[in-house]
Amino acid sequence: MSRSSGKVADTTFSAIMLVCALSIFAIVLFILSILIARSKLSLHQFGWKFFTRSAWDPVAGDFGAFPFIFGTLATSLLALLMAVPLALGVAVFLTELCPQKLRSPISFITELLAAIPSVVYGLWAVFVLVPVMRDQLGPFLEKYFGWTHLFGGYNFGVGLLTASIILAIMILPIISSITRDIMLAVPISQREGVLALGATRWEMIRTGVLRNARIGIVGAIILGLGRALGETMAVTMVIGNHAEIPTSLFSPGYTLASVIANEFSEATGDVYLSALIEIGLALFLVTIVVNAIARALVWAVTRGAPARAH
Amino acid sequence: MSTNPLHTPPPLQDSAIARTPRDRSPRRTRLNHIRRHLWNRIVMGLAVLSTIIVIAPLVAILFYLIYKGASSLNLAFFTHIPAPVGEPGGGMANAILGSGIILGLASLMGIPVGIAAGVYLAEFGRGKLLGSAIRFTADVLNGVPSIVMGISIYSLIVMQQKHFSAFAGGVALAIMMVPTITRTTEEMLATVPHAIREAAYGLGVPKWRTVLSVTLKTASPGIITGCMLAFARVAGETAPLLFTAFGNQFWSFNMNEPIAALPLQIYIYAISPYDEWHRLAWAGSLVLIVMIMAAVTLVRIYANRGVLKGAS
Repeated sequence: MSRSSGKVADTTFSAIMLVCALSIFAIVLFILSILIARSKLSLHQFGWKFFTRSAWDPVAGDFGAFPFIFGTLATSLLALLMAVPLALGVAVFLTELCPQKLRSPISFITELLAAIPSVVYGLWAVFVLVPVMRDQLGPFLEKYFGWTHLFGGYNFGVGLLTASIILAIMILPIISSITRDIMLAVPISQREGVLALGATRWEMIRTGVLRNARIGIVGAIILGLGRALGETMAVTMVIGNHAEIPTSLFSPGYTLASVIANEFSEATGDVYLSALIEIGLALFLVTIVVNAIARALVWAVTRGAPARAH
Repeated sequence: MSTNPLHTPPPLQDSAIARTPRDRSPRRTRLNHIRRHLWNRIVMGLAVLSTIIVIAPLVAILFYLIYKGASSLNLAFFTHIPAPVGEPGGGMANAILGSGIILGLASLMGIPVGIAAGVYLAEFGRGKLLGSAIRFTADVLNGVPSIVMGISIYSLIVMQQKHFSAFAGGVALAIMMVPTITRTTEEMLATVPHAIREAAYGLGVPKWRTVLSVTLKTASPGIITGCMLAFARVAGETAPLLFTAFGNQFWSFNMNEPIAALPLQIYIYAISPYDEWHRLAWAGSLVLIVMIMAAVTLVRIYANRGVLKGAS
């Protein structure tokens, strides 16, 4: 092989690799442009008011996305409220307390939780969580916490709270495994230094580990939020799919992702379809922003950290 | 170095330890000691408790799945297509095959592109602004909801062709595989020692040859792991298939026709009002999860024994 042909081959090869790498940009741009193009009709007709109106009337051709935005935010934030303390507890247990022998099986189990498909969580929720919610947990909450007015109305078993619980179970693994990685990236000398000053183990974790890792932990939580905002199947199966602003945690609701999943293939009429695609566009933009923030925070902390060990 | 928050020492003046010795009377010191150790116990107890609370649902889900799924699995499940409503029996043979076809298509498109993009990031784009931008975009793309992929591919392919197709489903899943594979490939290539590349260059091997037969080959266990994990992740995806592959109650081998898929079939059966269909949904879930977990477990064993530890 002559030198020049080697050079040509090298250039071609690096060009092919570059094209494949650029395709990642292309995918994002393509999704953005096609969603904008297909939602033009609804963008023109409703403008920004689309996101603040709560009309959803396919027959009259009148659309507003507020109930779905409300449902998405309510379920995601409730899920974070339940999942974050637990995930932090698991991460602390795995990095600081757990005997070496248990560490691998427990992190394996949390990884398995992450590998279960959304639709299987949904199936489990429909046949196990919903009856428990309807017959045991719901009446219990109503009896002892009814005074908060959060648990009023008729309890069907499906609704905001059930959806939030299944979401919390689903986002737990991602938050706890990233938090664990970030806590492992805190240098061991930090821990030893704090312990040497006579701190208890908790004081060591609080001042030596959590304080240093807090930016990354916030990143992990936001990453979990991104996952919760876009979660579709399991939520669609248990939220009740009712396009009204919920009045209690038992009320059926609707989320951005589940309205697409439910109504997209039945959407008759161009405005209806384009309103649904506009909801998809909103979901896309919001998750892009949320994920970009989260990644930037996680990167800021783990950059230059030792390689991840199992 | 001071930009990395991990390497800045904690400000000691407002930490609990620094605060304690201010009052040195023995009684206060003793009380303080008790309080601090009590807190320690409480928080550590909470950490253990939360781990138990987290593991409980997994055990519950797995137990239910095995209990419900195993009791309704039979040979017909693997050999028959769905029975009409009201008739007992039937299986999901066409859905298993359909999932195989869609996943095969997705792997065929997604794996080469993903690996090539990873090669670019690790071998050509290191330290460049473009490389960092692509890396960041890949991470962000990883978090885009799968339902958005579904409607994008619907708008692009299904609307043009005017019918649902197995091909459209494959494209949707392929796009979801790319970012995961890119990032693992890049990470694995970065662990290959530089001396190996230099040895190849020293022998006069051109760069493309070095990448293909030396670097990629050395990192191949880790890259295979990455591909398997991406595969396992999209194998259970339902949302991107709802408006692309659409589902089908009969056998279909045509790339241009709607096709059944296991997760889709589980969804349709789970929300149906028929007990017989619920039974099949449980059986389908068990089959799906056993397949995914087998892939993940194999990968983990393989990765822990291979040259490159920590690949998963």
